[in-house]
Amino acid sequence: MPAPTDPAAKLAEYAHPERLVTTQWLADHLKDPGLVVVESDEDVLLYETGHIPGAVKVDWHTELQHPVIRDYLDGAGFAALMSAKGITRDTTVVLYGDKNNWWAAYTAWVFTLFGHPDVRLLDGGRGVWAAEGRELTTDVPAPAPVDYPVVERDDHTVRAFKAEVLAHLGHGPLVDIRSPQEYTGERIAIPDYPEEGVLRGGHIPTARSVPWATAVAEDGTYKTRAELDAIYTAGLGMSPDDDVITYCRIGERSSHTWFALTHLLGYTNVRNYDGSWTEWGNAVRVPIQQGTEPGTATGAAPQGMTA
Amino acid sequence: MTTAPTAELPAAFAELRDAFLEVPERDRLQLLLEVSYELPPLPARYADAPELLERVQECQSPVYAFTEVDDAGVVAFHATAPEEAPTTRGFASILAQGLTGLTAQEVLDLPDDLPLMFGLTKSVSLLRLNGMAGMLTRAKRQVREQLAARTV
Repeated sequence: MPAPTDPAAKLAEYAHPERLVTTQWLADHLKDPGLVVVESDEDVLLYETGHIPGAVKVDWHTELQHPVIRDYLDGAGFAALMSAKGITRDTTVVLYGDKNNWWAAYTAWVFTLFGHPDVRLLDGGRGVWAAEGRELTTDVPAPAPVDYPVVERDDHTVRAFKAEVLAHLGHGPLVDIRSPQEYTGERIAIPDYPEEGVLRGGHIPTARSVPWATAVAEDGTYKTRAELDAIYTAGLGMSPDDDVITYCRIGERSSHTWFALTHLLGYTNVRNYDGSWTEWGNAVRVPIQQGTEPGTATGAAPQGMTA
Repeated sequence: MTTAPTAELPAAFAELRDAFLEVPERDRLQLLLEVSYELPPLPARYADAPELLERVQECQSPVYAFTEVDDAGVVAFHATAPEEAPTTRGFASILAQGLTGLTAQEVLDLPDDLPLMFGLTKSVSLLRLNGMAGMLTRAKRQVREQLAARTV
């Protein structure tokens, strides 16, 4: 049985209000059976300094990613992970994390690859919970292992690979979630972050630049339905039935936008390209556009390449 | 992971390294957290004049650090990072404990791959370990600059 939907008025405006919860709702439902709170942070030690009572941790680096290949865990691995966290297929999972839920949204996206039915985000994440002076604890729960079925990862519905992005050029919108400097090619890493071994700067031709932070208010909560529609639907001329691909540097910031488009605005066909710029910017002979213009699907193709 | 040939590290760094390598891999993050709590507060002269510190661009969190060499040629490393960045604070604390008290030459002789020696390469992303390398690189440069200014 899924937990009830948070009736907050702001959430009711969204296409799928059941995908987001407010801090007050979570505080009221922390002890609900069938609900598990999961923290996923960029800083892999932040959970240990204190977390929402009862919350378990999912470490994106060691638990979601394959230890050798650039990929995610498989169906058996996911089932084992869920079992260890006390999550059954029927559990309502509420995710939250630092940096306004960058990594929590990424974890939500990975859970979606395995079709976990009820995955929600805490609006505003860890920052809002802490700013409101709500309880944090260092007590780490030790859930008893539960049964979770082995569900094969679906790599098609919400995930896009490089070849699919290439085929997509000229046929549908691309949204680049990185900073403006990364988009133009002036930088190859997030400002204030280390350069990370990308050989070329710029963006995928035709991609429109909407940095991820555009989607959130000052406190890190998602903007209202009307504001988000103005940014993505009106602002980019997209419509909810468009085939949309989002990307960023490694797919984590773009998960945050994937979540907004899919669950808050009701877009039905949004895929996240997790290879993102760290793959595209290193790939041989893929088209790249530099500067502020999106560019055209064919205009940026290298000479001799039949695009 | 096969460990690289053990470099001769100064005692404080060697002790820290051994402490990390002695615990199972899954417990090393917890140890890093404990070390992070030991990051000393900035001395008042820096706390009151943050412009004396240098931003460590390689770190994902706003980290400010400064290394000073006193008249006897002994080094002290000061750093500050936000509470919500415990991993970064842990790295800064390792450096504060390891660098402070060394001679300038001992600091310059430290291996540049020091951050890889604590057995954390699997539990912490390489990007973050780069942040610690960035702090060390800057510490060495600041030591070099202060030595150079002295010989003029």
